[in-house]
Parts: sequence; structure tokens; C-alpha cells
Amino acid sequence: MRLKLVPQNTSFDFFSRWKIWLGISALMMIVAFTSFMLQGLNFGIDFRGGTTIRTQSTQEIDVGVYRDALAPLELGDVTITEIFDPNFGPDENVAMIRIQAQEDTEAVTSDVITQVGEVLAAADPGLKLPFESVESVGPKVSGELIQTAVIAVVLAIGAVLVYIWLRFEWQFALGAVAALVHDVILTIGIFSELQIRFDLAIIAALLTIVGYSLNDTVVVFDRVRENLRKYKKKDLKEVLNISINETLSRTVMTSVTTLLALISLYVLGGDVIRGFVFAMIWGVIVGTYSSVFVASTILLWLGVKRDWSKPSNNAGNQFANVDA
Amino acid sequence: MLQIDTWKRVLIWLVCVIGLILALPNAFYTRVEQSNDAKAAIELGIDTPEMQAEAAQWPNWLPSSLVNLGLDLRGGAHLLAEVQVGDVYESRMEAMWPEIRDALRDERATVGTIRKQESAPDEIRVRISQPEGMSRALEVVRGLARQVQTLTGVGATDIEARADGDTIVVQLSEAEKLATDDRTVRQSLEIVRRRIDEVGTREPTIQRQGADRILIQVPGIGSAGELKEIIGTTAQLTFNPVVGRGTNPDAVPGIGEQVLPSIDETGLFYTVESAPVVTGEELVDAQPAFDQNGRPAVSFRFNTSGARKFGDYTLENIGQPFAIILDDEVISAPVIQSHIPGGSGIITGNFTVEESTNLAVLLRAGALPAGLEFLEERTIGPELGQDSIDAGKVATIVAFVAVLAFMALSYGLFGLFANIALIINVGLLFGLLSLIGATLTLPGIAGIVLTVGMAVDANVLIFERIREELKSARGPARAIELGYEKALSAILDANVTTFITAVILFAMGSGPVRGFAITLGLGILTSVFTAIFVTRLMIVIWFERRRPKTIEV
Repeated sequence: MRLKLVPQNTSFDFFSRWKIWLGISALMMIVAFTSFMLQGLNFGIDFRGGTTIRTQSTQEIDVGVYRDALAPLELGDVTITEIFDPNFGPDENVAMIRIQAQEDTEAVTSDVITQVGEVLAAADPGLKLPFESVESVGPKVSGELIQTAVIAVVLAIGAVLVYIWLRFEWQFALGAVAALVHDVILTIGIFSELQIRFDLAIIAALLTIVGYSLNDTVVVFDRVRENLRKYKKKDLKEVLNISINETLSRTVMTSVTTLLALISLYVLGGDVIRGFVFAMIWGVIVGTYSSVFVASTILLWLGVKRDWSKPSNNAGNQFANVDA
Repeated sequence: MLQIDTWKRVLIWLVCVIGLILALPNAFYTRVEQSNDAKAAIELGIDTPEMQAEAAQWPNWLPSSLVNLGLDLRGGAHLLAEVQVGDVYESRMEAMWPEIRDALRDERATVGTIRKQESAPDEIRVRISQPEGMSRALEVVRGLARQVQTLTGVGATDIEARADGDTIVVQLSEAEKLATDDRTVRQSLEIVRRRIDEVGTREPTIQRQGADRILIQVPGIGSAGELKEIIGTTAQLTFNPVVGRGTNPDAVPGIGEQVLPSIDETGLFYTVESAPVVTGEELVDAQPAFDQNGRPAVSFRFNTSGARKFGDYTLENIGQPFAIILDDEVISAPVIQSHIPGGSGIITGNFTVEESTNLAVLLRAGALPAGLEFLEERTIGPELGQDSIDAGKVATIVAFVAVLAFMALSYGLFGLFANIALIINVGLLFGLLSLIGATLTLPGIAGIVLTVGMAVDANVLIFERIREELKSARGPARAIELGYEKALSAILDANVTTFITAVILFAMGSGPVRGFAITLGLGILTSVFTAIFVTRLMIVIWFERRRPKTIEV
């Protein structure tokens, strides 16, 4: 009596419609890219400077009232969003106020925060003071943070490329990295499409997605490497299909346990972390898809050295057979 | 066949037990925390029965290191300050001036008369009336330069002098600027630390970040604004002779004089001599006090040399006013009534009790060598932090239970083994976090939940492999052995790649993101350990006892 998500022996043909799968991926990447170019990302203050204030009130929040109250302070661009969360009680009404970076390298002054507190308290008697949280980032730091974030993502992808190249072959490395880039682009795309706030934590999520997607890809590739030795006469396409089918049960199992954990965090973990968890859930789904349909398809397309029986004489590959 | 040496078995269990014992204090967080605080207090000499009782809440023989809670979980304030290192150049050059002046005066025959010119704050410009004596003048000024000790700049001197027409321009050299910058930041760090210690909050983090930045995190403080008031004030206290007073802010001061505003009487300006009689550096103590009218004030005491200077000055200038200046604002300008020989005195002004207390703290801790500019500030309320902890706890438990149930349903007995290993895994993770004193942040909790989800991956890989090997039917023992053997390369490759990204995150990230990288990275280590060693050991022990003919995974 076992729960089996995937039957014992499967023999799906993953490549019969590979043009369609790659087409879908390409299309989604184009959509993601267009959305990114057209509406950009909803950057949080980490990346564009400014101040966010989290307010809590016992009364229903009327965003218009808040906006009118803040207007006389002339703070520039002010965005107010109400936050809903199933964990909030009836007298917990939470809003986020984002104020654009002021004309200065410094973060916002405490006088401004005090003023905001006063005018809002006048407009909303239920407002709780001091504010739940106030975060302020000066434009100088935010510029650096963007730079560091981009470097981190590029560095991670680069490091992984080298590692897989050392352990496998360059075709594998390219396939894996194509899948990674695919996942990262689609994740950034969905943040742009849905205009979810993109802050420093999302970068952490992106890197985790890189790690997870890779994890999946590597497991499939490991089996491909093994099967290439086992079935010397078989067509590459067939070997790939066998490998994916053999690891399918594991792929699904791990994705499901990870998703179980992430979904519980998404539902119960509070609103502060929700964007972050959303990115990871999306990343797990896309990452699982891409390791099967993108990484392997590219491997098939690039072709791969068939004779694995002799010690490799390819340069830089002395690590490839350590566990053969 | 399936064999694990006894010493290996002992070692594996030992690691698990040590890890779990290290993790244990976190299960009783509040109690251990109170006990730790009380023990620290007793060590400082505050030994009351209540303290003893609190300290006894957690036995001494158990480990008492806890996972630190980050600001986003505990609430508190976070500031990133940039030290304005350039400020120091100005005072350095000011201090240079008398020396340069005297040296050039000695050479009056060749250089003629000298006159100090308006200049940027980090340089001195001196015009000489006989430009033909320029080479001699430069030689003299360069003769004043001192060697700088640096790693690279062998033979570098602290000042550079060049000629600009008939003007000598003196500046700090690049090597000296670098050395000064480093000194300034280190001093600032020390002063900030002293000020925060004076206020007495628990476990503040005060770190240097990059070349000229200081990161300050203080848990439990109400707001970043409060923190800024304590550390943002330079607190340069000086006692200067007063030349005159008036209401014109643009009054032209004489050479060596400056016009400063009064701190609490708007529109009132004092002209004072720039060179102070005594500075705050010579203070040995400052305490909040009250003056004879019962208004808040700050009493202070000078060290011996400060006391002598102050005594001499007051003796010679009875009836004259002198100004007490804090950060270029005149607090008060009393008239000297009599000789003050003892080196102690009192500063009065329109203080509130809180202000006088703060000022005393600032004066005791010393002045910052340069101003601070705040680039980033965050305040998280304690309630939001508590909400996050509560939500994180619930989410972790639910995630845990869901994964446990799912594993048991999918793999039966082997799933149970994996589940025990998963519990040990989370225990080990907390043990490691406590051991290295890591900080748990909200994304860090997400890292733990993710670890719970992904930790079973290694076991899944192995179990699936065992299933496959069972098909080729060479007996269960052989299948188990092959399963572990063949899954190993996939497990290692998959986890090494994830670990690489965790390391990069740790290196590049800051604050909460770094907390996530730590839990993710350590989680990978513990999950690989438990999958490869702990579950294997459990399966082997079970197999030895039962010797089953067939197994179902």
C-alpha cells in the first residue's frame, strides 16, 4: 500500500514533441522579456531607495484618506497599498506606505517619519504608533545593492557552469545553464507581469531557484552519464528518454515535498515573506519543467560524446570519472 | 555485504547526540535567555536572590548557546552609517598651520612676508611676497613632512607641497589620507561602541563594513531615530574665549576667529576664537546633574592637564565670557566669576533631563573624529517580529508534518527511517547554528523550511535507486548496498551545486539574505550527513536484526 505519484515503470517519450516544448519555453521567455521591457519591475526600496512604512490600524484602512492626509507634506511619489493576510485578526488592518527617495544621499530623517505619524494619526484614530516598521534606504546604497545582486546571480551561474563542465562535459554544462537562464528569466518575468515587489530577498530566492533547478538537472544528467556507459549502441534520444523516465519518480517526489513545505510557508508564514516564497514556488515548478524539457532537449540538440568507456582525454576533465 | 564498522557507528550516533544537545537550549528559548542574562548580571556583580533564581532556571552543565534572533524577528533598529573621513583632513590641516607659519617666518629673508589664503578645507594655501624664494619655501615646508608607515608606500610622507604661482599649496599625501581614513573609521567604530554600551542595550552588533562604513544593529530599541540621536552626534565639546556677540550671522570674523550660532536662542551669534582653551578630549567624567536652580545640567571633570589649562585661563580672564561649544553651536557663554582651580565644573543650558543625560553619555564616551551620514536605516517593531516568529513556527511545523506524512506514505518503513533522519537533521541544523552563534532571520526560517523540503531529496534518490536495484533481484542486501553506492554521485553533484550558490549568497549578501544563505548552506551539510550516514545506519541495524528475505521500499 504505497502512495505512488508516478507508476513504477514509465516510458514516456519526452522528445516526440520537443519542438513544441522548446517553442512554449521560447514564447514564455519572450513574454517575460517583453513585460520586463514594457513595465519593468516593481522595485522595492532596497533597489531604488526611499522609505517604506508599515502601519497598523484597528479601523478599516481607506487608502484615499491616507493619501489626502499625506499630500500636504509634499514627499513626492507616495504609494499606499493595503495588505491582506488570512492571519490578520479583524482589528488588524495593515498598509504599506512607500515614499520615494528624497533628494539626498542620506536615508529619510526621523522628523519626516514623526510628521507622517502625526498626520496619519489625525486622519485615522485607530492608527497604532510607533509604526510597525520603518525602513529607509538612501539612493547611494540602493545603487550598490542592485550591482551586488546582479553580480551574485551572474557569479552563481558562472560557478555552476564551471562545476558541471568539470564533472560532465561542456554540452551538459550548456544544457544546465540554458535551463537556469530560462528559470531566472521566467521568474523575473512573472514578477514583472504581476508587479510583485522585487527586493533583496527575491534575489536570494532567485539564487535558490538556480540551486534547485540545478539540483534537478544534475540528477537527470548523472543518470544520462551512467546510461551512456550502459547502452553504448542506443540512440542518444533513446538514452535520454530512458534516463528521464528512470529518474521521473524521484523528480516528482522531491518537487512535491519541496512544494509541500513551501506552500505551507506561503499560506501560514505571514505576509512579510510571501513574495519571497512565491518566487521559490514558481521557481520549483519552472525548474522541474526546465530540467526535463529544456536542459535535456538542448543536450540532445548539441549531441554528446558517446564513448565513455575509455578514460577521457578531453582537456580539463580529469574530474569526470572520480565516481565512475 | 552491509557492514558498518563499530567505530563509525559510535561516531555517527555521537555526532547526532552532540548536535541535539547543542540544539536543546533553543527549545526553551525564553528560559535559557533569562538564565543567560542573569548569569551575566551576576558576573558583573549584581547578585540578588531574584537573579540567582533566574540563573538557576537552566542548569550549568547543559550548553546554553542560543541561535541569535535577527532584527526582523526580535525587533530593533538597524543603521548603516558612512564615516565622513574627509572631515578629519580639515582639522589636520588646521593643526599644521602654526607649524608652517613659524617655519616660513624663519625664512623671511628669502620668502618675504607670508599670508594665508582662502582655500578648500583639505588644503592650506600660503602666498609669499617674494616668489623667487619659492623653491626655498617648498623645501622648508617639505622639511616638516613626516614619514608614513604603510605597506606599499615606502618612503611616503604625510604632506605634499607644491607651488601654484606665488602660492604654496599644502595637502595631505594620498598615503597619509588612506592611513588617516582607516584610523578615523576605527576610532569612530570604537566611539560608537562605547556610546551604545553606555546606554546598555543587549547584544548590539557594531561592525565595520567596507572601507568607511559602520553597520549598527541594536535589538529592542524603539526606533532608528532614537539610535541616531545617540550615535549621530559628533559631540565635539570645546571651551573657547568669546570675542563678541551679536545678531548678524554674516559678521566678518577676524583671522583665527569664527561666528557660531547659539543653540537655543535663535538669532544670537557669538564670535569666538577658533583655538579652544580646552576640549572634550580632556574630560575624564561627565554626569547628569542639576544646577543651583534645580534645572538639568551636566557636571564634568577634567584630567590633570585639562584642569591646569582651565585653571590658568580662568585665573587670567576673570570677568570675561567664555563659550561652551558643542558641535559648532554655543550651548552657553557664562562670564568667569572667579578662578576655577579644581578642574571640574557644570554646563547649564536649556536642557531637559533626557537631554542632559544624553549629553553626559556623549561626553563620557568621547567625540566622534568625523561626522556620520546615514545611508540606510530600518526599524522593526517587536510585535511584527513576534508575529513573524509565530507565523514561521506554525509554517515550519505544518511543513514538517506534511513532509513526514508524505514520506511515510510513499516509502513505508524506509520512509519512517527517513523521517527520523529528517528530525535529527533539523536538530543538527539548530545545533550548528547555535554553535557558531549564527543569526536566524525571517528568510533564514524560509531556508529551514526549504531544507525540510529538500533534505528528503537525498533519501528519495537512494530509495528510488534501491527500488530499481530490487528489480534486478540480487537480494535485498545487495540492492540496498548498490542503491547507496549508485545514488552517491548524483547526491554529491546535486548538493555541491546548491552549496555553491549558498556560498555565493553568503559572500555577496547582507543581513537577512545572509541569514538565509547560512541556514541553506548548513542545511545542505546536515541533510547530506543524515541521508548518507544516519538513515543508512538505521537501515543496516534493522536489516541485521530482521534479516528479511524480501524488502519493499
